[in-house]
Amino acid sequence: MISVENISKGIHRTLSDHLSPMFTTLTELTIVGIFVLTLFAVLGLVLVFMERKVSAYMQIRLGPNRVGYKGLAQTLADTIKLVVKEGLTPNGADKFLFNLAPFIVMFGAMLLMAPIPFARNSQIWDLNIGVLYITAVSSISVIGILMAGWSSNNKYSLLGAMRSGAQIVSYELSAGLAIISIVVLTGSLKISEIIASQETGWWLFRGHIPALISFVIFIIAVTAETNRAPFDMAEAESELTAGFHTEYSGMRFALFFLAEYVNIFIVCAIGATLFLGGWMPFHIGNWAGFNHLMDFIPSSIWFFGKTFFLIFVIMWFRWTFPRLRIDQLLNLEWKYLLPIGMFNLLLMTIIAIMGWYF
Amino acid sequence: MSFLRNYISTVYNSVRSLLIGMRRTGYYFTHHKEIITQNYPENRDQLNLPERFKGEVVMPHNDNNEHRCTGCTACELACPNGTIKIITKFDISPEGKKKKAIDTFIYHLELCTMCNLCIQACPTDAIKMAQTFEHSVYDRSEFIKTLNKPDSKLMEGVE
Amino acid sequence: MGDLIINVGPQHPSTHGVLHLVITLNGETVKKVEPHLGYIHRSIEKMCESLTYRQFIYVTSRMDYLSSHINNHACALIVEKGLQIEVPQRAQYIRVLLDELTRIASHQLWWGAMAMDVGAITPFFHAFREREVINDIMEQTCGARLTMNFMVPGGCMYDIHPDFVKSVKDFMAFFRSKLSEYDEMVTNNPIFQARMKDVGVISKENAISYGCSGPVARAAGVVCDVRKLSPYDVYSQVNFEEALETEGDCFARYKVRMKEMNESMRIIDQLIDNIPEGDFQAKTKAVLKLPKGDYYTNVETARGDFGVYIVSEGATTPYRIKFRSPGFCNLSALDHMTRGSKIGDLVAIMGSLDLVIPDIDR
Repeated sequence: MISVENISKGIHRTLSDHLSPMFTTLTELTIVGIFVLTLFAVLGLVLVFMERKVSAYMQIRLGPNRVGYKGLAQTLADTIKLVVKEGLTPNGADKFLFNLAPFIVMFGAMLLMAPIPFARNSQIWDLNIGVLYITAVSSISVIGILMAGWSSNNKYSLLGAMRSGAQIVSYELSAGLAIISIVVLTGSLKISEIIASQETGWWLFRGHIPALISFVIFIIAVTAETNRAPFDMAEAESELTAGFHTEYSGMRFALFFLAEYVNIFIVCAIGATLFLGGWMPFHIGNWAGFNHLMDFIPSSIWFFGKTFFLIFVIMWFRWTFPRLRIDQLLNLEWKYLLPIGMFNLLLMTIIAIMGWYF
Repeated sequence: MSFLRNYISTVYNSVRSLLIGMRRTGYYFTHHKEIITQNYPENRDQLNLPERFKGEVVMPHNDNNEHRCTGCTACELACPNGTIKIITKFDISPEGKKKKAIDTFIYHLELCTMCNLCIQACPTDAIKMAQTFEHSVYDRSEFIKTLNKPDSKLMEGVE
Repeated sequence: MGDLIINVGPQHPSTHGVLHLVITLNGETVKKVEPHLGYIHRSIEKMCESLTYRQFIYVTSRMDYLSSHINNHACALIVEKGLQIEVPQRAQYIRVLLDELTRIASHQLWWGAMAMDVGAITPFFHAFREREVINDIMEQTCGARLTMNFMVPGGCMYDIHPDFVKSVKDFMAFFRSKLSEYDEMVTNNPIFQARMKDVGVISKENAISYGCSGPVARAAGVVCDVRKLSPYDVYSQVNFEEALETEGDCFARYKVRMKEMNESMRIIDQLIDNIPEGDFQAKTKAVLKLPKGDYYTNVETARGDFGVYIVSEGATTPYRIKFRSPGFCNLSALDHMTRGSKIGDLVAIMGSLDLVIPDIDR
């Protein structure tokens, strides 16, 4: 059967037959690098189009439907437009930092691709502290945002970048607590073991109430971390300008724009892995027949299906709710999400020790 | 204790009303029949504007190329911003009397505010509003229109 | 850092027109707001000095374009008052019906724009779907969707379309079913309420001293509905309540406007089945000349108290016209309301004031 696992094994066999081990590894690294870059590009295209169509249907209208067949080539047209625009550097801007900032944000997103499994046995890097790696690397993008705001030499960008930075740093706490509650249930930080432990059922269903609360907190926290509505005061269109990426135009703006959507994909992939079982099909306990039936659907389809479902939920949030003011946003985090998260972690630990889960 | 009760009830009520709002948008996402967008240039044939729609002023001519305008310039006087300019001439009627008649009816579409005052002022129902709305042109001189067709004359029986 | 002075420039997605605000900020708190007006000043009042009394009515449609019928109504009323013209009953009923439909349409657009300012973009499209139905009714009867110019001194320009009564009744049924959606999506939303409660408070005394009128003043408790205090046309014969609240914040203004929409629907229900037969226009002379003197009349537009003041020297054109626009005085209270709030609140307050800048700049 065609599966990601078989393809990667086949390539490895072919390469190691013809080349020395060092060259094999180098070639494989290059192939993986190209794969990640292509995935980024394709994801960017697909997600932007999906956002425009989802928002259109929720707003009782059609969305892009003229460029290409039923509007599918719309994002391509948008990308071409952004690429041919003039990339202006403002007058007093710190040139080195100004040019570096979009790359740092992309860099953080790319590093996070490594521990995520796309299909059975298809992880780029299965390290034994996978979850810790994810939480640590996701903080790198804050540096990029602050750099962008500072180096623009523009007081509104600075204001927007500071707000963004405060918001991201606060919500990482809640996201971390939600992730830890799943680690408590599994007993391991390694991602492949977390998925393997969901063989008899996804943690969202097996961990009942605390897992549900964790999941809700996780979704809210990652919406805030990626600066999406209802938490996008920092870059809101109807407020002062566009926040930290006001001065960016052309290709650099395209990189920020792309990085935002790829970030959404990554955090939804992490949520799908931890709470919804990653590539594990939907199994119910010991119903062998049902489980065997579910195994027929390829694991990569399960993974992408779950991730895109979570992306749809995040888009649903954006187009339904108004924006929170910056102080209300921080209020929500420190007074509501964090205490509930901590209490939930305690509850989850008790349940894990007593074995009160399915 | 009452603080805890307030806290929990705030959280519960907020989550509930947020979910109700999400259900409404989710409804519109799944029911595509509610979409009211019309694909404009493709549906020109199905578009029918109401008969009172004020598009532009026209002078209807019948099959014999006759109109009803006597050249009384009531519309020119009623127009608030000088959109209509009437040039009159003197016709010799069959009995040999001189009678005022219309030579050209100049209508500046770029100035017209579609206020309908000229049509109200006309005593013979010579002009009416057409239902066209696609007025863009590439050359501004196309906006200055002459409403009476060449070689047309006044219909019989109109005073 | 010291005080930042920022321009919320004339071109901005949330200033409802070309409004230039110079804001003095200290960190995130607003210390002073100064509006600079005049970007869309078209010298309408001067222009009217060369237009006759039949011709100047169309120009007021373009001032407050969301309540264009009501503005035209005011101009027709003042000419009738000056010339002592008696308007037939049928024309009065039609005028009031069109006025109330315009008020509902204006409040719908306000609702959509307010939701968009606070961040939720979806209600804007939903509001426009309902507004389209009203626009279609206007197109059927008056011939235009935004600048109707349907009123003449003496009545209406044409009679209503035969399908008018049926269209309005269909709209009423359609709109009633959608009002509960408005509540689901916006009014009961906790994020909305957090953004609008206790924001932009104005007390009753301050509202009176700044000259605010309309929903802005009614939300603070001031009784100022012109339709009740000095009724014109058929308003003295219909039952409706004035929407009053006491807190004076953004959420109170929101509730006042939602209640006004309900009251307008009540008025339409009372009038739609009872339109009397008769003329739709009184017979007037061909050339209208107001006798020498000055005249004033005011009506209740969707924004507040709109007044027309004419000084006439007995000629066919007025000597001087002055329009008292409601938005001008409401905008002057913006500074008072915004002091001490955050900058995110400024947008919410501007949205709740329901400003239409061409009305302010004329």
